[in-house]
Amino acid sequence: MKRTYLAVLALTASAFALSAEEIAPTAVAFNEGSVESSLTGVAGDPVMGREIVGSKSLGNCVACHQVTDLSDIPFHGEIGPMLDGAGDRWSEAELRGIVANAKMMFEDSLMPSFYKTEGFFRPGNAYTGKAADETFGPLLTAQQIEDVVAYLATLKE
Amino acid sequence: MKKFMSAVLVSTLSTTMVMADPVDDTLILNEEITLVTRTAAPAHMADAVDEIMSGWLFRGTETRAMQMDDFDNPGMIFVEKGEDLWNTAEGSEGKSCASCHNDSDSMAGVRPVYPKYNEAAGEVRTLEMQVNDCRENRMGAEPWKYTGGDMTNMTALLASVSRGLPVNVAIDGPAQSTWEAGKELYYTRTGQLELACASCHEDNYGNMIRADHLSQGQINGFPTYRLKNTKLNSVHARFKGCVRDTRAETFKPGSDEFIALELYVASRGNGLSVEGPSVRN
Ligand code: HEC
Ligand code: HEC
Repeated sequence: MKRTYLAVLALTASAFALSAEEIAPTAVAFNEGSVESSLTGVAGDPVMGREIVGSKSLGNCVACHQVTDLSDIPFHGEIGPMLDGAGDRWSEAELRGIVANAKMMFEDSLMPSFYKTEGFFRPGNAYTGKAADETFGPLLTAQQIEDVVAYLATLKE
Repeated sequence: MKKFMSAVLVSTLSTTMVMADPVDDTLILNEEITLVTRTAAPAHMADAVDEIMSGWLFRGTETRAMQMDDFDNPGMIFVEKGEDLWNTAEGSEGKSCASCHNDSDSMAGVRPVYPKYNEAAGEVRTLEMQVNDCRENRMGAEPWKYTGGDMTNMTALLASVSRGLPVNVAIDGPAQSTWEAGKELYYTRTGQLELACASCHEDNYGNMIRADHLSQGQINGFPTYRLKNTKLNSVHARFKGCVRDTRAETFKPGSDEFIALELYVASRGNGLSVEGPSVRN
């Protein structure tokens, strides 16, 4: 019993070795809406980030924002500002703060908090309409946040 | 900025985008009755919105046209089914709705004032609750499922005979506390996306959210025939869908929360014409 337990530990430890530094959603340090340090210690991948911003099942950022670079994807929303030039307007730390929890930067923002797990009223289990269960997690993983930040940083005018 | 956004929109969405603003159009039913789809907001919401608008103004040309003629409105098939139910005797008393109320036309004027406080029961009742009260206590019949087919067909019939009359629910007196509870829920941000009804239907009507053109979320057109699911949709089923879309645990159709919310949302439409069964996408 003891041995298998250790073996499992060893396995998970090696598989997630890269995320040893991962900061939990409840431990993110905001400074005036910005988050200075990477949530994972692993550089974000802008190609993955682009995918996440456009994908309905991932970030679905285009539900609310228009992005010229994503014009291959139909239907961009008009709820938030256009993201063209976001990489000029905001530093990486600011972008990380906005994506992790926009309400820290913009008071009462309509933008959902993508790296937050507490403080919701009637949180559900995704889009089932049922109550959240033990699988409840942030909308995006720490690495996905980093990927989105890396992508936004490429949006220059 | 705005101009730039529109230019991008046109280039990316040219085939499906209609126009973000509500259209300037008049809803004339069967070339006879002109319905009020746009009017001054009732006093209780004057600090939030100047003008209230039917969801009809936010739909595309073809969808709007379907609602203008009863022969083209798929919802009218369900009104006929509701008429059959109206005349069907059921339950231990051997009575139909018609036994007590005569023609369904005699119910004109009922839909616009519901939800409504019921003195004897000491509660605010939706039309569905009233229908089931008659079934159980006057007909001795089984209640219908709150959002089920029979119930929605019946509410379609009851709405249809009031088309053109202005929504006029009472929000004061004994209804006030329920109305306040509904108002509170309207502005409460639910679920993991932390969005309230107001986030979409007060702050952003006229804007696109992905492929959807946001309306004011009015309920004067209910039940609505939706092209998306090709059936009639009741008010509480729609509320449930919208709450679910905030990644929230929804409330149940017929729950106290949705009854209160219905009264409040109905009151935001006081002055618009009853349109049900309307056509939406
Ligand atoms: C439900 C709507 C909504 C969604 C979904 C959404 N946002 Fe936002 N976003 C907003 C709004 C509204 C603002 C404007 C800030 C404010 O005043 O609240 C904003 C602001 C921003 C800004 C700052 C804009 C600028 O240039 O000034 C960035 C960057 C941003 N969002 C990125 C994202 C990304 C990336 C995602 C997805 C992972 C996303 N948003 C999803 C509504 C949304
Ligand atoms: C995330 C955005 C969002 C939120 C939050 C939301 N809705 Fe909606 N709602 C929509 C969309 C999109 C539609 C379809 C387009 C339209 O009619 O606005 C819709 C449609 C409706 C309709 C149908 C209107 C018609 O004319 O057919 C009603 C009624 C409605 N919503 C009520 C509500 C209520 C009440 C709440 C809060 C409990 C709510 N909505 C929350 C997005 C939302």
